[in-house]
Amino acid sequence: MLERIRRRYLLLKLDCEKPFSKKDFLSALRSSIIRLFGEYGASQTEIFLIEYNSETKYAIIRCSHKSLTMLRASIASITKVAGKPVVIHVLLVSGTLKALRKRMQNIFIKEKREKER
Amino acid sequence: MKRVFVDLHLCPPVNQIEKVKKLVEKSAELGYSVVGLTLPIKIKEGSVETIKKICEDLGLDFVTRIDLAPKNAKELLNILKKVRRRFEIIAVQCNTKGVAIQAAKDRRVDLLLFSIDDPKKHFFSISVAKLASEKNSALEINLAPLLYLEGAPRIRLMKILRRDALIAGKFGVPIVLSSGCNTPHLLRKPEDYAFLAYLIGLDLYLAKEALSTNPMNIIERNRKKLSPNYVCPGVYVVKRGKDC
Repeated sequence: MLERIRRRYLLLKLDCEKPFSKKDFLSALRSSIIRLFGEYGASQTEIFLIEYNSETKYAIIRCSHKSLTMLRASIASITKVAGKPVVIHVLLVSGTLKALRKRMQNIFIKEKREKER
Repeated sequence: MKRVFVDLHLCPPVNQIEKVKKLVEKSAELGYSVVGLTLPIKIKEGSVETIKKICEDLGLDFVTRIDLAPKNAKELLNILKKVRRRFEIIAVQCNTKGVAIQAAKDRRVDLLLFSIDDPKKHFFSISVAKLASEKNSALEINLAPLLYLEGAPRIRLMKILRRDALIAGKFGVPIVLSSGCNTPHLLRKPEDYAFLAYLIGLDLYLAKEALSTNPMNIIERNRKKLSPNYVCPGVYVVKRGKDC
């Protein structure tokens, strides 16, 4: 029997001045992985963009559990998206999308409170 | 217990307070508790106090640091005499073999920095590592070049740093991971830096140690030495007064 695929869900925050498209974001992510780990490494990560909000600058991606280290190193090494400077921070990592969304709410509430102050 | 993350190498232009403030604010936002700023040798006391005040307002612990780049071992000894009691951290950029050996065997040197531009000028070897481990000097690795370099230079850099990390690990030289950046867009969270260290062959635990415990040990050791109660290794003034 095939082993169940273990996955990880990551909540990312994009620290940039102007928003950019979903396509630009994904291509920057892919090219960063390919630059560091090659096409073989990129195929192992199995990344999939689940959600991308250019206004709030949050994104949710899915990857394979085994390639999490590779993916996080690639995310940290991104400095530009579509020629514009950007920093991508990993805010949360979770084993299920449900748990990630639950914990995400706490972050949004905290952020809202800080803005109100 | 929660880890205290340290970034010992921020190098903004110290005379431009606005830039210093931006960088320090970003560090605080990203989760660092202690920051070290590279200061020029002739810095005024007033400027240090201003930076200290900015850091205190943000809840950060500020560490004074100087980067020395002597031409030879003799020059290094001369400068060390002058600066040791003025700065909490002393880092030496080892541009020659002689300087690397002298810096590694000198107790007053805390961090060893090596050239990343030219592999022929990279002098971190087994002999230097042995000396450094005896005198508790640490190897500092700046992670900003891993972000801004691309292509062949980055491949070369990763190769050099992987070799350094391997030698340091084998001979027990503590590794200190720092950002080494002068602009906020090259700053990353400590966790992100820990994962970036995977590229140079450090596992997550060792990378976190290099971002928290190792630099913290150096700071605590030096603060003890710089305190007025310190006499010599192992001897401290516990109480002063007539009834002693």
